Amino acid sequence: MTAALSTGPITAEEWGIVSLSLRVSAVSVLGAAPLGFGVAWLLARGRFAGLVVLDALVHLPLVLPPVVVGWLLLLGFGAQGPAGRLLADWGVTLMFRWTGAALASAVMAFPLMVRAMRLSIEAVDHKLEAAARTLGASRARVFATITLPLAMPGVLAGLVLGFARSLGEFGATITFVSNIPGETQTLPLAIYAALQTPDGEQAASRLALIAVGLSLAALVTSEALSRRMGANVHGL
Amino acid sequence: MGFDIDVFLQRGGGQIVARFSSGAALTALSGPSGSGKTSLLDMVAGLVRPDAGRIAVDGKVLFDSAAGVDLPPHKRHCGYVFQDYRLFPHRHVEANLLYGWQLAAPRDRWISLSEVCELLGIGHLLRRMPGALSGGEKQRVAIGRALLSGARFLLMDEPLSSLDALRRAEIMVLIERIRDDLGLPILYVSHDRNEVTRLAGQIVHLGAAHGVAFATDMSQGEQGKACA
Repeated sequence: MTAALSTGPITAEEWGIVSLSLRVSAVSVLGAAPLGFGVAWLLARGRFAGLVVLDALVHLPLVLPPVVVGWLLLLGFGAQGPAGRLLADWGVTLMFRWTGAALASAVMAFPLMVRAMRLSIEAVDHKLEAAARTLGASRARVFATITLPLAMPGVLAGLVLGFARSLGEFGATITFVSNIPGETQTLPLAIYAALQTPDGEQAASRLALIAVGLSLAALVTSEALSRRMGANVHGL
Repeated sequence: MGFDIDVFLQRGGGQIVARFSSGAALTALSGPSGSGKTSLLDMVAGLVRPDAGRIAVDGKVLFDSAAGVDLPPHKRHCGYVFQDYRLFPHRHVEANLLYGWQLAAPRDRWISLSEVCELLGIGHLLRRMPGALSGGEKQRVAIGRALLSGARFLLMDEPLSSLDALRRAEIMVLIERIRDDLGLPILYVSHDRNEVTRLAGQIVHLGAAHGVAFATDMSQGEQGKACA
């Protein structure tokens, strides 16, 4: 770590860490969003026997120790893992790569994303969908013109929440892809590394301040979107 | 012509059995709450599937369990005016009105936006959001939206029940005009005797007895034909 002044401008090294963090979080959230929305839809509207099991599986990363999630990812996506070998045939390696960090973040953020999306889908009034059906809209069109627009603020809130959770991801990431500066060293991992270094406290506090700012911005955005969802759904 | 209904539905603890045909311009469905009036409208609209029976409007079969016919709601050309309006909260009034119109085939569009605005007196509301409308205004927009969707018949579920006396009178006049000028068969749910006697050419009573709701035809108009 370079000896940076606590009041000085953000250094190139810090920018590198922040931009890697933002990239990992953005890719993890955008990659997980379609699956997340599908699962949220199933949980909100599905009627099948395995629903309880699916619900439990989705929430598992929320209650499991993150180190266990990281280890399971290592088993699955490592060089010897079934998914890892499959991806290796396609020339894709996740271990010790930033893409692996994105996968770990996505898994950890998944329950939060699904939860917000599910609530917003459940909040859409079935009666409005029925009305649209009688006006000549097919199921697909009802989804595109009624359900999705009404659920959209909640879906966006889920993305922002997932993004914030990804930014803070630590345990699963460090277990799965290790702590490699410039490749997998996201903001929390860099703070951890700084704290392990003698005299690294100043660097750690600067990074921590950045983390607080980013997280706050994400939460404020999420809250604003939720409010808009409330206004939309109760607008009738 | 008109409504030709013969359905059976098992639901919860009871059953709905309704059997009538009506050629009146406006057919009223009356009966105590819980007797299945709204469920019957939902069956005609295709939102609830009867266990058995047949539904035809103006000779067009919408549902026939014996023949395996069950048109989805969006292919029934029904104009459903719900008791709770159900305007789309995220679209302004004009977009609500045109929702069904845009989905209808050009040959099915028999009324224009300007005609609907004139008929219902809602031209000044087009840019407003539904949340900013009064109950009477919402009801007018809901009726206009149903007409514009290219409806070939109307289902009205207690359209006056949540309005004050003044609005009731206004909307009642509108419904009479729709009944007399547009030539669409109307199936109209109400438990208000005055409303029913003023508007309906035929009254079908849906009574609950021993958990079974039977439609009894209490014909007023000469066109009505009892078959219950």
